[in-house]
Amino acid sequence: MSLWEYANPQKFMQTSAAVLPLVWGLTVLSLAVGLVWGFFLTPEAVNFGSTVKIIYLHVPSAMMAINAWVMMLVTSLIWLVRRHHVSALAARAAAPVGLTMTLIALVTGAIWGEPMWGTYWAWDPRLTAFLILFLFYLGYIALWEAIENPDAAADLTSVLCIVGSVFALLSRYAVNFWNQGLHQGATLSLDKEENIANVYWLPLLICLAGFVLLFIALVLVRTRTEIRARRIKALVARERMA
Amino acid sequence: MIALLSRDLALAIRAGGGFGLGLAFFLIVVVLVPFGVGPESTILSVIAPGILWVGALLACLLSLDRIFALDYEDGSLDLLATAPIPLEGVVAMKAAAHWVTTGLPLTLAAPGLGLLMNLEPAAYGWLVLSLALGTPALSMIGTFGAALTVGLKRGGLLLSLLVLPLYVPTLIFGAETVGRGADGLATTTPVLMLAGITLATLALLPFAAAAAIRINLR
Repeated sequence: MSLWEYANPQKFMQTSAAVLPLVWGLTVLSLAVGLVWGFFLTPEAVNFGSTVKIIYLHVPSAMMAINAWVMMLVTSLIWLVRRHHVSALAARAAAPVGLTMTLIALVTGAIWGEPMWGTYWAWDPRLTAFLILFLFYLGYIALWEAIENPDAAADLTSVLCIVGSVFALLSRYAVNFWNQGLHQGATLSLDKEENIANVYWLPLLICLAGFVLLFIALVLVRTRTEIRARRIKALVARERMA
Repeated sequence: MIALLSRDLALAIRAGGGFGLGLAFFLIVVVLVPFGVGPESTILSVIAPGILWVGALLACLLSLDRIFALDYEDGSLDLLATAPIPLEGVVAMKAAAHWVTTGLPLTLAAPGLGLLMNLEPAAYGWLVLSLALGTPALSMIGTFGAALTVGLKRGGLLLSLLVLPLYVPTLIFGAETVGRGADGLATTTPVLMLAGITLATLALLPFAAAAAIRINLR
């Protein structure tokens, strides 16, 4: 029993089919509990009024936007090193999900920023870094779409993902240098003091779990679709040869 | 490698198009800006560092798709890939040729355009220094982008989408150097960061670009 068993598409399809209903169930459950609790059952914050509640969409989506890219980086490396097709397809499947998460984070941030900061958009380092991440996602997806040979596309996007990761990180700290921040510091932290009152903390944690599960579910579904599309292509090619 | 460099330079200069085009484009971008924002010299001198850097960056972008496309079409890229010198060296020389034909003229022409943009007198030295330090990174990153898209029929637009986000750190530190120089502030940090980015891209990106070309030639 090893992790690499799931590199076999057959095995991956079987396992993911068995796991998916469970993941979807947990996703719906945790998102329903977290969002309902967060939106309707928490008090309004002293300084922020009801706008504080957008945190339940904004923080989890922002977290997953970054985590999706990290996941793409890991799967790209696995593809380059071990040549497992499922890994490359999972990276491809994760990109649009990550793009959407980035968009959600940007839009919810803008909606929150209008009443709080008085502006939808400010060239704050965090906001700018996220916009750049958005552009990286666009380039990555566009490169996948542009190349016809699937193996070459997987290779080239993997190389782009690795180089892009370095530059995305560099941009993150470069924009720090470029402009002062308006965005508040980290809300949640493992090692520092947390900037959040206890009433908001638990529903936020449930929402975070819900978004992680949602991401896993979407990536599994999309990877299964990619594998099936690949199979159809192979079958059609075989028909034509016969 | 020297032979390859001189071949690329000769092609760029004699075959027309590439050499003067980037420079003319740079000039036009800088001339267009005052039409857009108005001729007040105070506004122009504030935005001059950014405009000059963005203009240089766009001019660099213009000639990127030529780096490998012609060699790919007539098959000389296959010959270069099987030649005794490593493909990484070929890539580095291609980037060097691109820099000599775009980055270097841009650096030399920038002070003249700075005059048009009413740049602060103190910033001219920093403008030339930052462009001299930063444009090699632009050429190298662009060569990587061109290597990724070399097999594509219409890769030009995709190339810009891939390369421009990668240019962000170089642009930030380059424009910051000139801006700080204009205000008479200390420029050590952005200059060092710019030099660091250039050296790191020159050291590492040839490997990534060569890998991309190998994949595209497979």
